[in-house]
Amino acid sequence: MSYLEVRNLHKRFGDFTALGDVSLDVGEGEFVCFLGPSGCGKTTLLRAIAGLDPQTSGTIRQKGRDVSALPPAARDFGIVFQSYALFPNLTVGDNVGYGLVSRRQKKAEIAKRVSELLALVGLPDAGPRYPAQLSGGQQQRVALARALATSPGLLLLDEPLSALDARVRLRLRHEIKALQRRLGVTTIMVTHDQEEALTMADRIVVMNQGEIEQVGAPQEIYRQPMTAFVADFVGAMNFLDGVFAAPDRVQVGSVSLACPPQDGLAPGNKVRLCIRPEDVRVRDLPADVPNRLTVEVGELDFVGAFCRAILQANGVALTADFSSNLMRDLGVERGRTLDIALPIDRLRVFAA
Amino acid sequence: MSLAAPIQRVRLSRDDLLMRIGVCVVAVALLVIVGLPLWSLLVKGFEDRDGKFVGLANYIAYFSTPALFASAFNSLYVALVCTLIVVPIAFLYAYALTRAVLPLRWLFQGVALIPIFAPSLLPGLALIYLFGTQGFFKSWLGGGQIYGFEGIVIAQVFYCLPHAMLILVTALATADARLYEAADALGASKLRVFFTVTLPGAKYGVISAALVVFTLVITDFGIAKVIGGNFNVLATDVYKQVIGQQNFSMGAVVGMVLLAPAALAFAVDRFVQRKQVALLTAHAVPLVPRPKLGRDVFYTLLCAVVAAGILLILGMAVWGSFIKYWPYNLELTWANYKFEAFDANGWDSYWNSIVMALGAAAFGTALTFTGAWLAEKTRGFFLLRDLVRLLAFLPMAVPGLVLGLGYIFFFNAAANPLNVIYGTMAILVVNTVAHFYTVGHLTATTALKQIDPEFEAVSASLKVPIWRTFARVTAPICLPSILDVAIYLFVNAMTTVSSVIFLYSPDTKLASVAAVNIEEAGTTAAATALCVVIVATSAAVKALHLLSDRFLLGRLQAWRRR
Ligand SMILES: Nc1ncnc2c1ncn2[C@@H]1O[C@H](COP(=O)(O)OP(=O)(O)O)[C@@H](O)[C@H]1O
Ligand SMILES: [Mg+2]
Repeated sequence: MSYLEVRNLHKRFGDFTALGDVSLDVGEGEFVCFLGPSGCGKTTLLRAIAGLDPQTSGTIRQKGRDVSALPPAARDFGIVFQSYALFPNLTVGDNVGYGLVSRRQKKAEIAKRVSELLALVGLPDAGPRYPAQLSGGQQQRVALARALATSPGLLLLDEPLSALDARVRLRLRHEIKALQRRLGVTTIMVTHDQEEALTMADRIVVMNQGEIEQVGAPQEIYRQPMTAFVADFVGAMNFLDGVFAAPDRVQVGSVSLACPPQDGLAPGNKVRLCIRPEDVRVRDLPADVPNRLTVEVGELDFVGAFCRAILQANGVALTADFSSNLMRDLGVERGRTLDIALPIDRLRVFAA
Repeated sequence: MSLAAPIQRVRLSRDDLLMRIGVCVVAVALLVIVGLPLWSLLVKGFEDRDGKFVGLANYIAYFSTPALFASAFNSLYVALVCTLIVVPIAFLYAYALTRAVLPLRWLFQGVALIPIFAPSLLPGLALIYLFGTQGFFKSWLGGGQIYGFEGIVIAQVFYCLPHAMLILVTALATADARLYEAADALGASKLRVFFTVTLPGAKYGVISAALVVFTLVITDFGIAKVIGGNFNVLATDVYKQVIGQQNFSMGAVVGMVLLAPAALAFAVDRFVQRKQVALLTAHAVPLVPRPKLGRDVFYTLLCAVVAAGILLILGMAVWGSFIKYWPYNLELTWANYKFEAFDANGWDSYWNSIVMALGAAAFGTALTFTGAWLAEKTRGFFLLRDLVRLLAFLPMAVPGLVLGLGYIFFFNAAANPLNVIYGTMAILVVNTVAHFYTVGHLTATTALKQIDPEFEAVSASLKVPIWRTFARVTAPICLPSILDVAIYLFVNAMTTVSSVIFLYSPDTKLASVAAVNIEEAGTTAAATALCVVIVATSAAVKALHLLSDRFLLGRLQAWRRR
């Protein structure tokens, strides 16, 4: 039995369907990311799980208990909003202890727990200060400490890092992940940043237009996208329009390419063939390597650690990532011709 | 999607339940203090003196009596003329305050606000000193007299100016500097910039100011009463029908006629405001005026002239109130401030006003803020929340006299168990809160919309009761707005005449009403003295407010500092 079971969740705002039939399981202690473009319904799903904006229909069970009809106060979760929603007129200590005070605990116990939590998020001395006196990243951590204060079974984070600048964001990614692992609290984080999802999540739920496109571990989502949307949204991807020719062949322009065998496609179907730029092979090509192409190097975009090259072959255009080493070794430069291969096991085919 | 899936019904938490009960309480309260009195008024217009239903007979009688009908025309006419005079002056004044570099800018702004703290009687009385039968400048009128149309217009200009100016200052202050830079870069002439950038930017402010002035003039009672002479207007007609002739049904009809233009102006304003929201762009660069000699001298002179006019009227009232026997014996005296000599209540009416104003400020602030919070934050329950919002908006469209009249009909009905408050201080407080409810509600709503919308959600996730978050977080954050509302209610309770004039009893007579009575009895000096006391009190309270904003709040709100 999983910790959180979402079944056939629908959410409508008037005529607009924000969530259409979402089902999902989250295991205990798991870190799950909802990933998708802005407006796809991530926040809506998170708020339904919290009970803040109840679903139109469908059920939610948490730890075996049906919470579908419960108001937020009767559910077990802590939440961090994009805005943090810190109480500006209370000190950091009072913010963190806010949920403890109403539990009739002793003052000393509360103070102890508050300093514990502040130490946990790396702000041991921030207690007497007001939120306005803290940086964005510090405010973020206070919000996290406040959400964790009551030791909730489920931690909900709605784009917790998107208001921060890039450097702080990178550092907090690791801190939040480490904290989550240490506490073992089941966590759902909403984000539209695929890198964030890939680095932090145990499992990623990719969403599009109110539906789940794919659920899987980061590796899986990246290596084996199940839909063209996922392939496109997560990471960089070449899309080559073609026609399905045989169970394991696709015709792209004048080039015929081998691909992994496909079910459910008939010869003559229009398809899109996908390959990631870093999967394009250049070095040590065996003589009989399949999908060998001779290409001309076009634009070269220097991106720091590698170069993104635009390659042209018989009317087929694709991008490939070349490391600096490779560039030097093979003397890749604009206008040169080059032999490449598209490894079959790295190719994916989607119906167009 | 399966249509068979049942719609999820959500159990209510204790917070939800409490808030829904709260919304119900506020809705009922607003129905009682706003909705039902107005309904009683509407019904009364269709009844004869004995309470029998007579259909449109009263209305037919009204429109076939030329003397009554003429007042409606007079009201519209004078309101229109005042609007045409006040708005351009207020615009220039506001323009000077926002777009020119004035020496003593704060002083000019302050002086222009003074009329807000005065009962509308005051400019009327001052004009009597200046231009009345015994007036200093009577000869200027060349045989004409100040009582009537001209007197009303001058007094109204004084009285309405700050209201129009405040709106226009806001409209002009939100200008986008980038538009002016662009116009400059394109080499547009001054006049062209004015007509293509300044005026369109302030267009909605101008319309709003015009509608506010129009409504203020048409619904004001004090000025027409004091200096209207034989120039009858709707407001004085209501008073005459009800107090003079005890003809309540006809009073109700005139009240409805008075309600029409005020409600119409309100509706137009709402419509225009809505459009403006759609036009507002994202963060603009604020315009900071740079010194420019010619322009600054011109606007300084202009402001000086207007401010001098305001100070002349105010100064005349103050001076006149200390004069022994105008204009024959100009010795100074406190005699006019010994109110016992002019009115049975003496100074009691002043203390009644203070008690009433404090009550209205306390009760009204609590009700408007809690009501606005409940209307904003309650989950679901849309119908009743909308009802609360509607009833909160209604008073803005209703002239005080009309509301007061509705109170007579509703609270004085034998069958109404609430009639126990008739003739007490409570009805004056309740009536004043109702009369000025809208501004309090809007101020509170604006303040609530500016704070993070997720406080309630955080509070629920931490299992903290919502009232606790209201008391510990929401209300303290909104403290400055709450104080603004309290001061607004206090000042208006001190100065209002129109709606309470029907509702006081001998024991609960208010200072502003006593001033009307004393003036009616012919003692201009004492009436003026009472008005001066009112101005001084409201202005002092406002000054205290500003000071506390500077010092006390600063300490209480240390958390705002970075
Ligand atoms: N209260 C609401 N009323 C109407 N539409 C809403 C409301 N909240 C969200 N939506 C719509 O639902 C869709 C999903 O919103 P949301 O869940 O906030 O997206 P995101 O994935 O960016 O978090 C959006 O198109 C949004 O416009
Ligand atoms: Mg969102």
